[in-house]
Amino acid sequence: MALYLLRRLIGMVPVLFLITLISFGIMHLAPGKPTDAAMAFNPKASLEARQRMEALYGLDQPLAVQYQQWLRRLVRWDFGRSFLDDRPVGEKIAERLPITLTINLASLALILLIAIPLGVVAAVRPGGLFDRLTTVLVFIGYSMPSFWLALLCLVWFGVALRWLPISGLHSLDYESFGLIRRALDTAWHLMLPISIAAFTGLAGLSRYMRSSMVEVLRQDYIRTARAKGLSERRVLFHHGLRNGLLPIITLLGLSLPDVIGGAVIAETIFSIPGMGRLLYEAVMARDYPVVMALVTIGALLTLIGNLLADLAYAYADPRIRTGAEPR
Amino acid sequence: MGLVIVAIAAPWLVPHDPLRITLSDALLPPSATYPLGTDQLGRDVLSRLLYGTRISLVIGIIAVGIAVIVGTSVGAIAGFYGGWIDAVLMRLVDTLLSIPTIFLLLAVIAMDPSERLLQLAPHLPLLGHLLTLVDPQIVILMMVIGLMSWMGVARLVRAEILSLKEREFVLAARVLGASSMRLITTHLVPNAMGPVLVSATLGVGGAILTESVLSYLGLGVQPPTPSWGNMLNEGRIALGVAWWLTIPPGLCIFVTVLAFNLLGEGIRDRISRRE
Repeated sequence: MALYLLRRLIGMVPVLFLITLISFGIMHLAPGKPTDAAMAFNPKASLEARQRMEALYGLDQPLAVQYQQWLRRLVRWDFGRSFLDDRPVGEKIAERLPITLTINLASLALILLIAIPLGVVAAVRPGGLFDRLTTVLVFIGYSMPSFWLALLCLVWFGVALRWLPISGLHSLDYESFGLIRRALDTAWHLMLPISIAAFTGLAGLSRYMRSSMVEVLRQDYIRTARAKGLSERRVLFHHGLRNGLLPIITLLGLSLPDVIGGAVIAETIFSIPGMGRLLYEAVMARDYPVVMALVTIGALLTLIGNLLADLAYAYADPRIRTGAEPR
Repeated sequence: MGLVIVAIAAPWLVPHDPLRITLSDALLPPSATYPLGTDQLGRDVLSRLLYGTRISLVIGIIAVGIAVIVGTSVGAIAGFYGGWIDAVLMRLVDTLLSIPTIFLLLAVIAMDPSERLLQLAPHLPLLGHLLTLVDPQIVILMMVIGLMSWMGVARLVRAEILSLKEREFVLAARVLGASSMRLITTHLVPNAMGPVLVSATLGVGGAILTESVLSYLGLGVQPPTPSWGNMLNEGRIALGVAWWLTIPPGLCIFVTVLAFNLLGEGIRDRISRRE
């Protein structure tokens, strides 16, 4: 297992390197120099002040040197300072990361809770009524613009019915609540965003769960289990599901970028101060250091997710772990 | 495919000029003169929707066109040559796939690439021509969406090529002295196009969704040019009072994407049945 982990970590190195290269490259797509934006707020800045600022950010150095310096600061979690409020970018992101992670994890959990049973039941009778019904739902899910759905939910649940709060993370009197009330209040505010973020990934995953289960249920060992006289429930969940879940682990890792991306939309629409909202604000304000840091961290989160998925897969499937059957 | 007809015939179908502002007619509910009502500036919603069909379809199709061209080239080269070329290209694909698409899109758009594009235009005749026809913002949108979505196609083509290149007809062509270029372009790629067609059709739906999200966020098609996404953005302000500003554009996106998804699925069925 340790050997496998090591191999995976080494495999990640070139990808990590490319991510930093891409982030850095995008920053230099911008017209002019990044300091132009900062200088635009202060028209009185002299040429000398401008040069001093460029020297401060190392912009007078050749590109390769700049990249090297940027990389060196990156590994120390130093992303520079925001152009907007001059606070360290790392700090700005650190205070928002937990919110986005909560939304992501909760929506992933929701996706699994709904997609797995849906896929399993649909797979029991392929072509049956329930299967066809879920297929229709899957197509609707694939095609639905989630931000539009979010808007509709906002109007319906938030404005018309007044069941759920429409924006923000806390109620106005949040400070006066006890610990449990606070947690409940946050959960209350996150309900719609989490559902919307989950909606994006739901259709695909339930579809894959279904085809994976259909495949598994065709295997000989399922017939054997049935022939042994095991109850249908035991056949399905003990013999079927455990094997049918294997490909889902990998898929979950792969769908992570979409879930993180879905959070951007949900956070923007529901004005939740998470990473996605920060990205949107940074993009609108042309706050390059924040944008670059977020792209890098977004990719990093995905890589960690993929690694966890691979480890979970290796844990569940000993063939991978021991390297008996390399991919 | 009624959608395509609507997109082409938009100028003759629309009851009003989609850009004409009639402030005295602002925020009118649907009526005989304005079948889907008017927006805050008194513009006809139906006319804007019909023109929006054009924008969305053009962006969706061209973006996917770019993705297919890049993806097929990369996939074919990686699959055919193998070795370190394959390793490098596939690591690139892995990397781009690991960055959340919307992050990458927003980051690139934040950098105002249209100015760079205009600087390039005089040097590339084709691009310069395109820019005189279409708004540079829209060209950027098509290019960016296209260049961020070719990775799936590349993986698909690579896998197809890997299995095709050991087949007899390819070996026969090779023995006959066909060059690598010829092998790739006339023997391998055409035979790998089936799954690519499916993924391209599904991709158009995806690209339309992406465009609408970006336009909704105010980073895609810029007003006054109507697009379903920016119509939703403008309608959001009158969310509670004027449903005719938010329901129709959303439905349009939904139905269009659904149509492409069903079409893609249909092609997939057709192909798998033939084999």
